[in-house]
Amino acid sequence: MSRLIEINDLEVGFKTYGGEVQAVRGVSFYIEQGECIAVVGESGCGKSVTAKALLKLIPEPPGKIKSGSILFEGNDIIAYSKKQMQQIRGAEVSMIFQDPMTSLNPTMLIERQIGEVIAKHQKASRKQVYDRVIEIMKLVGIPNPEKRIKQYPHEFSGGMRQRVMIAIAMACNPKLLIADEPTTALDVTIQAQILELMKGLQEKFSTSIMLITHDLGVVASMAQRVLVFYAGKIVESSDVNEVFNNPKHPYTVGLLKSMPTLGIANKEMLATIDGTPPDLFKSPVGCSFMPRCEKAMRICKMAEPPMLDINETHQAACWLNHEKAPRYN
Amino acid sequence: MHIPSYLMKSGGFMSRYIFKRLIISLLTVWILVTAVFLLIRVLPGDPFTSEKMTPEIKANMMKYYGFDRPLYEQYGKYIMNLLKGDLGNSLKYHNMRVNDIIAQTFPYSADLGIRALLFALIAGLCLGINAALKMGKFWDYFCITLAIIGVSVPDFILGSLLQYVFALQLKWFPVARWLGFKYTILPVFGLSLYTVALITRLIRVSMLDVINQDYITTAEAKGLSTFQIIWRHQIRNAILPIVTVMGPITAAVLTGTFVIEMIFAVPGMGKFYVQGIHDLDYSLILGMTVFYGVFLVAANFIVDIIYGFVDPRIRITGK
Ligand SMILES: Nc1ncnc2c1ncn2[C@@H]1O[C@H](COP(=O)(O)OP(=O)(O)O)[C@@H](O)[C@H]1O
Ligand SMILES: [Mg+2]
Repeated sequence: MSRLIEINDLEVGFKTYGGEVQAVRGVSFYIEQGECIAVVGESGCGKSVTAKALLKLIPEPPGKIKSGSILFEGNDIIAYSKKQMQQIRGAEVSMIFQDPMTSLNPTMLIERQIGEVIAKHQKASRKQVYDRVIEIMKLVGIPNPEKRIKQYPHEFSGGMRQRVMIAIAMACNPKLLIADEPTTALDVTIQAQILELMKGLQEKFSTSIMLITHDLGVVASMAQRVLVFYAGKIVESSDVNEVFNNPKHPYTVGLLKSMPTLGIANKEMLATIDGTPPDLFKSPVGCSFMPRCEKAMRICKMAEPPMLDINETHQAACWLNHEKAPRYN
Repeated sequence: MHIPSYLMKSGGFMSRYIFKRLIISLLTVWILVTAVFLLIRVLPGDPFTSEKMTPEIKANMMKYYGFDRPLYEQYGKYIMNLLKGDLGNSLKYHNMRVNDIIAQTFPYSADLGIRALLFALIAGLCLGINAALKMGKFWDYFCITLAIIGVSVPDFILGSLLQYVFALQLKWFPVARWLGFKYTILPVFGLSLYTVALITRLIRVSMLDVINQDYITTAEAKGLSTFQIIWRHQIRNAILPIVTVMGPITAAVLTGTFVIEMIFAVPGMGKFYVQGIHDLDYSLILGMTVFYGVFLVAANFIVDIIYGFVDPRIRITGK
């Protein structure tokens, strides 16, 4: 498999009145063709900012991609002009968002909202666009597309709106689909349907997916690899099996403990990670997770841990994985 | 009361919406008529007092116009005539029906008002959109400054100032009267500046609100160009809130004509209205107020319906 997109040392900051927020502090990862990669982590840890940076959708000002490279099929898109980016957005890489209630234009027909992305990227007559819209609506499981196409977003339920968003995203057969918490705002029963749909589409078109989620259950069922974000950095990166069976960062361990399993019906039994993530106005000295870590050592206060190899496909940024660290079972 | 039968048919949300609005509009007019009818009589003095007037003649006049009858009877009669569309005779301009005075003068007021309204809309939209797109830059500050001046200078001062500078001093435009396009420019500008400022501010805020909406990010993620995003997604949604304030804005512009008409000697309703209040010309004041009331209520009614059509969230059922 070849790498579709590769991100190296990405840094994104936001200038605010209180100072500069370092939202993403040196993130590197890649996504292979046809693979689904999951991104997990508490809110505010830079997942959405990273995702938006891939399409250079960071509002500027106040935001700025400060350094790093984003290689899409080998070309660094950081240097791309506005025009070049517009050709990639929606066609090669597309994106769906958390809240389907606000992500669609309330005063535009569904037909136009799906159709305009096709019209933008493909040479097609009105009729062809119309046919393609109907086709894609069928594909994402919107019943009665001939009727629904002439409706407005408020006539759709949340789940149906997210299907419209997926239709927009998939309309031009993108190579990469970035889904930023696509099910967080939906009812539990609907969540499963939407994920099922995405999984089906991925298999059918072998689209790569970057799936941002809070839900480790979703990770287990969809993803091949997992990136764990904490305070603007990737703290663990690994195969999905390894993450669940052999987590190597205390934060990942905490996330897994806080995950409800079928055995535990009572929510109060779930473990939580005490404390809150650090504010990102200044880069912390040492490990940013240290104040919340039960296993913190002296070095954790003094030096930031680098990504340490556990094995070929598994890295974690924690001093405990250093050869000189004490061993826990 | 005649209600078109199509409104009474069952079905569409839209027709029920229109019907409800219609009832509210009629109620508003009725309350307005009643309130003005009563309030006008609370004003000290009466229409016929003057030096030449003897008590006998005055009593005769009062009798002639029916002002000696009990108030409820006068009210009943007035309403009956009103339903027939008759606003009665002026008390000061003898032999002139209020209907005729309005018919003669209203076209000028309407001409001035509509020109001012159109100008305010076009200028306000352009300035507001421009300010929002250039946020924080020269154009933005220019428009904001203009908007602050516009809402804070009263129109009689603005009118006089325009007249002094551009007509008397610079002689670019005629000083007064209403005889052709050149004559309309200063009055229209004076009348509309407040509204231009108001619309500019509203549109600017609304544009900046829309740009932060999630669906704009969606549009960006589709790969649309900046122009396409602004034109297709931002402006239409930003204009919607303006439609809701068009009713009050129309009211402000049309009632504002009175002062501007006085300054620029436009032969509209303004002179008669102001004079009517001065003379306590009951039927003239009442007639003009009712006329304007109906006019504004109708404008509001139409705006409500237009809004129902442009905002799909209000228009629930299909055509
Ligand atoms: N437009 C913005 N202006 C200022 N700060 C921002 C902006 N967008 C995001 N941030 C900051 O970036 C950090 C990461 O945000 P985000 O990527 O949205 O988190 P999440 O992981 O929940 O998606 C947060 O601390 C947030 O305060
Ligand atoms: Mg987020």
